Order: sequence, then C-alpha cells, then structure tokens
Amino acid sequence: MSDLARYRLVASILAVATVVLFLLSLTVGPAGIAFGDSMAALFSDKGDGIALIMQEIRLPRAILGLMIGVTLGLSGAVLQGYLRNPLAEPGLLGISASASLGAVLSIYTGLSAAFALGLPLAALAGAVIAVVVVQAMAGTRGGSLTIILAGIAVTSFAGAMTSLALNLSPNPFAALEIMFWMLGSLTDRSMTHVWLAGPFILAGCLMLAGLGRSLDALTLGRDAAASMGVDLRRVQFLAVFGTAASIGAATAVAGAIGFVGLVVPHILRPLVGAKPSRLLPVSALGGGCVLLSADILVRIIAPDRDLKLGVLTAIVGAPFFLWLVYKTRKELA
Amino acid sequence: MTLLSLSSLKVSLGQRPVLKGITLDVAAGEFIGLIGPNGAGKSTLLRAALGLLRGSGDIRIAGRDTKAISARERAHHIAYLPQEREIAWPVSVETLVAFGRAPHRSLGGLSAQDIAVIEQAIQRMEIDEFRHRSAIELSGGEKARVLIARALAQDAPLLLADEPTVGLDPWHQITLMRIFADLAREGRGVIASMHDLGLAARWCTRLIMIDHGMIVADGSPEAVLTAERLRQVYGVTSFIDTIAGGMVVQPLDVDRKAH
Repeated sequence: MSDLARYRLVASILAVATVVLFLLSLTVGPAGIAFGDSMAALFSDKGDGIALIMQEIRLPRAILGLMIGVTLGLSGAVLQGYLRNPLAEPGLLGISASASLGAVLSIYTGLSAAFALGLPLAALAGAVIAVVVVQAMAGTRGGSLTIILAGIAVTSFAGAMTSLALNLSPNPFAALEIMFWMLGSLTDRSMTHVWLAGPFILAGCLMLAGLGRSLDALTLGRDAAASMGVDLRRVQFLAVFGTAASIGAATAVAGAIGFVGLVVPHILRPLVGAKPSRLLPVSALGGGCVLLSADILVRIIAPDRDLKLGVLTAIVGAPFFLWLVYKTRKELA
Repeated sequence: MTLLSLSSLKVSLGQRPVLKGITLDVAAGEFIGLIGPNGAGKSTLLRAALGLLRGSGDIRIAGRDTKAISARERAHHIAYLPQEREIAWPVSVETLVAFGRAPHRSLGGLSAQDIAVIEQAIQRMEIDEFRHRSAIELSGGEKARVLIARALAQDAPLLLADEPTVGLDPWHQITLMRIFADLAREGRGVIASMHDLGLAARWCTRLIMIDHGMIVADGSPEAVLTAERLRQVYGVTSFIDTIAGGMVVQPLDVDRKAH
C-alpha cells in the first residue's frame, strides 16, 4: 500500500472512530437510558428528566471530551514537529502548570466560589502569563532549546506556587478541592464551560492546523527550512500562541490531563510515514478518540467513585509510553 | 547572467565582526569553491547571502534587492544545503526529496510538474533503489545524496552548499564534485565552502579564499592556490603541481615560521 493510501485509511478509520466514540460518550452514564431514547431526548424540547440529562450533562461532557482530546493530540504533534523533539508535549511550555496555578489560586482565594467562571478565567490568565514569559525568553529568533528550558522554568515555578497554595490552604476542604481539581476531569461540566473554552480552543486549533507544510520543512533543520521560504518567526508565534489558547482553555475547564499529547503523536507517527503535515490531522482525531474513550472508561470502571480522567490517562499513558521508548530505543540512541 | 551579487557585505555575530566587507558576483555556469581557515567566515557568508543573518551592505538576487523579495520568492532563486545533515523524523527518502518543492507549492497535492522535478532529482542522485527506505537509517554518503536531491528538487538556479564533502568517502566526495560541476555546466551556479583544497583545486571553476572576514584571493584555482598564499593564510607548507586532469594540491606540514 502506498504511503498516501495508508494515510487516507488511517485518517478515515480515526474519523469514524471519533464519531462512534462521541455517540457512545452520550449514551454512557449512571442514568441508564436506551440509545434511541437518548438520541431523541438530545433534540427534544420537552424539558423532561431525560432531555435535561442529555442536553445539560452528557452533551457538554462529550463535546468537551472531543474538543480537549483534539487539542491535546494536535498541539502535541505540532510541538514535537516544531521543536523537533519526540518528548515535546503541550505541558512542556509551562502552559498547563500555569493554568493549573491560576485555577488553584482561584480556589484558594475563594474566587471560584464567588462566581462560576472565576476558576476557568483565572486558569486562562495563568496560561497567558506563561506564554508571555516563554515567548519573551525565547525572543523572536529563539531556538527550540531556549523554549524548552523556559518552559521547564515556568512549570517548576508554577508547581512551587501551587505547592505553596496547598501548604497555606485555610482548611483541609480547600486543599482537597485543589487536589481533586488538579487530577483533571470532565464530570459535572455544563454548556457554559463549552461556550467559555470553545472559542479559545477553536482559535488555537486553527492557528496550529495550518502549520503542517512548515513543519515538513523543519524536518531538515531551522536553516534549511528558512532557506525554503519558511518564516520561522511566524511558525513560532503560531505554535506557541496556538498551544497557549487551546491548552490554556482546555486546562481551564478540565484540569491538567497528561500523556495524551505526548503518546498520541508517538503511536500514529509510524502509521503516516512520520510526515509532520500528515501527523497533524490524524493526531487531532487520535487525541479525540483517546480522550473520549478514557472519559467513557472512567464512567464504566467506577460508576459510583468518580475516578478522575487525568488519573486514568496517566496510569495507562505512562507505562504505554515506557513501552514505546523501549521499542524505539535504537532510534533514539 | 549574474545570479547573486554581494557588495560591502558586513556581518557581526554578537559584538564580533565576522564579515568585514565582502564584494562578489556569482554568474551562471560557475562552480565556486569558498575556501579559508576555520573561523574565516565561510558559513557566515553563505548564511548571510541567504538572508538567514542580518548585516549591512547590499545583497542582490538575479538583479533584485533581497529586501524587496519574500523568503518564498528567494527560495525560487537559491537552494541551500546546510553542513549538518539533519533529518528529524524517519520519513521516506521520496517524501524527504519532495519537501524541496515547498516554495513552489500552493494548497493541495503535488502537481505533475512537482512530481517530474522530484523524479529527475531522484534519478540524478541515483537514490532510486532506496527511495522507500527511512531517511534516518541511511549511511552518511547516502544521506548526503538524498539531501542534495532535496535541494535539486527546489529547482533554483543557484545552490549554496556548506561543506558538502565533510565526512564522506572519496567515492562520494568525487561523485558530489562531479554533480556540482555538471550543474554549473548546465548553466546553474554553485558555491560550496570547502576545506579539502585538493578537491577544490581539481573541480571548481573559480576559488574565493577568505581570511578574517575578507576576500584575500579570487580567481582560477591556479591563480588562488599558490604555496606562498597557503603558507600565509593556512600556515602550512604544501605540494602543488599540475597534471593532465588539473591541479594537485596537498598540504604537507604546519609551517612553524608562519604562526
């Protein structure tokens, strides 16, 4: 099979899987509703219990799962391509950690209790600060190493400040709320969260999605790419701010969800011949599939214990990543 | 036809002036060897000519000021082969060569002309037999050929190559020099920075020797490569002779009086 035919096959399978998993996500939950009833309730305007569950609880959850999964997969593939580093992932730029810090501070100060959007807005502010710092450090002509190091510094500082907030938290309940929030989850999110995160995620993904060709050229290094007409400053701007907008918004509504952005591009890279421009769309779809599956699994594995999504992705993702590293260790050496 | 024209080009890296006023013209049909000791400014000259470094002075590509043309349009005129044979991902050889079409492509797949140019580059560099293999698994010599094919796929009249023969065995070194000489004969221009004076003497149509950021000699290999100049610029004694196929230059020993 030619490379192009295999790419089309992989993309088609993932697209179908995404649709199926999205529908499945709508039908899994503690209220056992039959498939036909639930689909009908989605579009009914009766306002009964089933319609309420479908429209107010399951639909936003499925939409967020899809959006955030797509964001994680896409930004992971873009960052790996831009930094030419297979270990790059959305969390690397310090955006997840800073967004988390913003959220934690809003819980700590009581802002989140005072009004509903306090937490996501504070998280978005955290993401913006992180990206401004990283971009200022790297400069307009900054290399990938500077970006990685600046990201590590921002992540460490945000982590330390989060620890401080936990350390000084006024009561154990606040500390517990902070801990739980940081684990990452899609439980009890509403359409308000969708409307808050949606525009940022959409804008971020649009900035990232057009980078494929430039990332192809970057396979040969920065100088070679520039000599082929790639504007490196524009690519850096789009990669960094696109990640900030989409991952900042995703973290703001769902907490930090690890490993999806790292592992998904890794799994799919060999299937599309490692070409960055082909990796972007399949990683976006793959991320959506993985996150929707994980969010369905947490509801099936422990329906009454509220297993956190971020815990599951890390528990499954980390050993899987270890296996991937083991399998490809000859290439990495 | 003048492909590239530099006048009073000055470039500083940090506080250090690296190029101190370079003036030169490159015509179609020339295969220029850019020679000079380590740190003389050879790579800086190539990168500045491409617009990758900022400096003062004039750079004109095909008669037009580079400030007035976009990076993408510049890529239609000059292809560049960096010294590091960097390939970040295990893409196939064919895919990698196709990356060279980037400046010519709009949205959508490869055009018939794209495919024809890619095919020509693959045949010319004789990499057809491993076109489906992963580019990062190739040997140094195979990689070098694939990367030149990538640059050829860019289909630009001028090729700048930064130390293209480094790390290659004699067969690959000579193969590369032959291809560059052929490209020049077909009417393109080639500038290659080089340390191997023997190869430069034998294959280039013109040599430009730079030292401390300035051109110290510019002309035919016979005119540029004199024992006295090699002693002054490189601090080595050398054996120089002319045989049927061209010049033979072999550095012999460091010259203790020169340094």
